[in-house]
Amino acid sequence: MVLLAVSFICFLIFRFTGDPVLMLAGKYATQQEREQVRIAYGLDRPFYVQYANFLGNALKGNFGKSYISQVDALDTILERFPATFELALTAICISLLAGVLLGVVVSIKPKSLVSRLIMAGSLGGISIPTFLMGILWVMLFAVFLEWLPPFGRGETVQIGPWRTGFLTLDGLKHIIMPALTLSGYQLAVILRLTRAGMREVLSEEYIKTAWSKGLSPFTVIVKHALRNVLIPVVTIAGLSFGELIAFSIVTESIFQWPGMGNLLLVSIFETDHPVIVTYIMMAACIILAINILVDLLYAWLNPKIQYN
Amino acid sequence: MGTAVDKNSSEPVLSIDNLKTHFFSRKGVARAVDGVSFDLTPGEVTGIVGESGCGKSVTALSVMGLVPNPPGRVVDGRILFHGKNLLDLDITALRKIRGAGIAMIFQEPMSSLNPVYTIGNQISEMFRLHKGYDKKQALAAAVDMLERVQIPSPHKRVNEYPHQLSGGMRQRAMIAMAMSCDPEILIADEPTTALDVTVQAQILDLMHRLKDDFSTAIQLITHDLGVIAEMADQVVVMYAGQVVEQARTRELFQHTLHPYTRGLLASIPVLGHRTRGMDEDLVEIKGMIPSLHDLPAGCRFSNRCPEVMDTCKTRLPDLTDMGSGHQVRCWLHTKGGSA
Ligand SMILES: Nc1ncnc2c1ncn2[C@@H]1O[C@H](COP(=O)(O)OP(=O)(O)OP(=O)(O)O)[C@@H](O)[C@H]1O
Ligand code: SF4
Ligand SMILES: [Mg+2]
Repeated sequence: MVLLAVSFICFLIFRFTGDPVLMLAGKYATQQEREQVRIAYGLDRPFYVQYANFLGNALKGNFGKSYISQVDALDTILERFPATFELALTAICISLLAGVLLGVVVSIKPKSLVSRLIMAGSLGGISIPTFLMGILWVMLFAVFLEWLPPFGRGETVQIGPWRTGFLTLDGLKHIIMPALTLSGYQLAVILRLTRAGMREVLSEEYIKTAWSKGLSPFTVIVKHALRNVLIPVVTIAGLSFGELIAFSIVTESIFQWPGMGNLLLVSIFETDHPVIVTYIMMAACIILAINILVDLLYAWLNPKIQYN
Repeated sequence: MGTAVDKNSSEPVLSIDNLKTHFFSRKGVARAVDGVSFDLTPGEVTGIVGESGCGKSVTALSVMGLVPNPPGRVVDGRILFHGKNLLDLDITALRKIRGAGIAMIFQEPMSSLNPVYTIGNQISEMFRLHKGYDKKQALAAAVDMLERVQIPSPHKRVNEYPHQLSGGMRQRAMIAMAMSCDPEILIADEPTTALDVTVQAQILDLMHRLKDDFSTAIQLITHDLGVIAEMADQVVVMYAGQVVEQARTRELFQHTLHPYTRGLLASIPVLGHRTRGMDEDLVEIKGMIPSLHDLPAGCRFSNRCPEVMDTCKTRLPDLTDMGSGHQVRCWLHTKGGSA
């Protein structure tokens, strides 16, 4: 249903923003040549027939060829997918680990100086725009300290269809700053969620029970409290993972990351409609798939939900 | 009904002595527990009664070392467990006593069990922690415990989550958990208030039996005098953070001394024992409990007491022994009141 709606919107974009004939046939084509192109691409047929065709092709994974490179649009995007996926994965891991850890610290000692600093930092994480954060990281690590490379993906290794940057030191160095930048906002959100959740859970009766059993503070906080807090936190993190994959555009363009986001930017500049449309459809698919996965994860974490 | 343990034969297992637990906030100091003393004896049930907010739970939490801090703090007194003052112990030593020596169960059995772990997991935690059992032994022991508290098909229940059990069943599981390491003291904070009457009777029955089996000292907190009459060997009546009357159960019901206790008895239709001194059958205690921030200068019950005298308003009476362990805090019974 959702996909259908998205596909319809994509189709509208495809069809009504700029005349594709102009692009396909070239600016200097004659009227006759244009007509030929129009017929060849089926652009003369009625609106609903065109949409049905578009849908049929989309189902077969055929979104047309890129106007620019004349390569299959889907292939172009899939080639870029690993870079974006690895970036998003690293970012979500950073924000989950750091966010939960800091959130727990803050909830246990809310009045300490460290906690106040963390909370101030998280405000920054939420309010500093991504591009500014990216630039700040570059200034610090690349320009000032000269520890990390400022752009690109570094050395990669090809494993089957997948090109990974995780296996080389150079690749790992390259991913740190973009991942930090991309994770900034999520980290702050997860931190705040964890803190709020912990506060609530720590005042629950079952935590009192856990203390009264003589358990260690670590067991009480991690086993009995955090486990309950993780249910909503992991759900939110999972949902935002899809968004990170789909919308890492700003980060990718700051760091010249060769991922899908960068490709989209270029395609927009070049009005490369098939690529744009394919990108949007892919993004919708990814987010949908992740939603389903997160639902399953939620059910698995929460014993109250059972599929019998 | 109460087992007739000779009053003088058993040493108390826990002595609370002049306990003061206060809560500090911007509004000032709330003296939630203000000089409470009583003993727990092995194999006996000590009932703690009083209206909501009189400090029953805070007394219990003070014993467990679980007063939320901030805002609360034990500011004075001693809690002697086998002669050792629990208030002097560090957290490691206290943790060894929690669960193993002194266990506690709470009012709401749904919220006092962790929703994301099985019953078996939560009970076996006790065996692993205090007895060093491995996972398998602990789970077997947990099944045994469930059997002891008469949960049907314990092998199945042990793998279930709290939400899969009924309220009464959950409270049984809670009791199984609390009793698993054979504690010398069980503190039960309104263990049956959230349950319906028949289940309540079953749970009380179970506690009574376990107490006799293990000769546990039970501190039973309730505001139901019916439960007290049924279960307790000894009663402590609390009002606004203080003990106002304390006696053996039969003595208290037959020779009620404090006007507040009489009011409590009169306001609840207790079977059998009916107090004298009140004209009506069911009378509400009039007036409001004083705010803990703004206590009356004299007797804390003086703004509601039907027998209030001039002295009462200015001077706080001491807890006075009337013989055979019956103590009362009231100028009617303490010398110097009518002066
Ligand atoms: N966490 C807290 N913060 C501040 N004050 C508290 C806190 N817990 C308890 N108090 C104070 O201690 C007083 C006694 O509370 P307590 O829970 O012991 O009452 P109770 O006798 O158990 O009542 P109930 O029958 O409602 O359980 C309360 O009136 C309140 O003023
Ligand atoms: S001291 Fe006075 S006010 Fe207090 S209970 Fe006794 S008679 Fe009532
Ligand atoms: Mg209470």
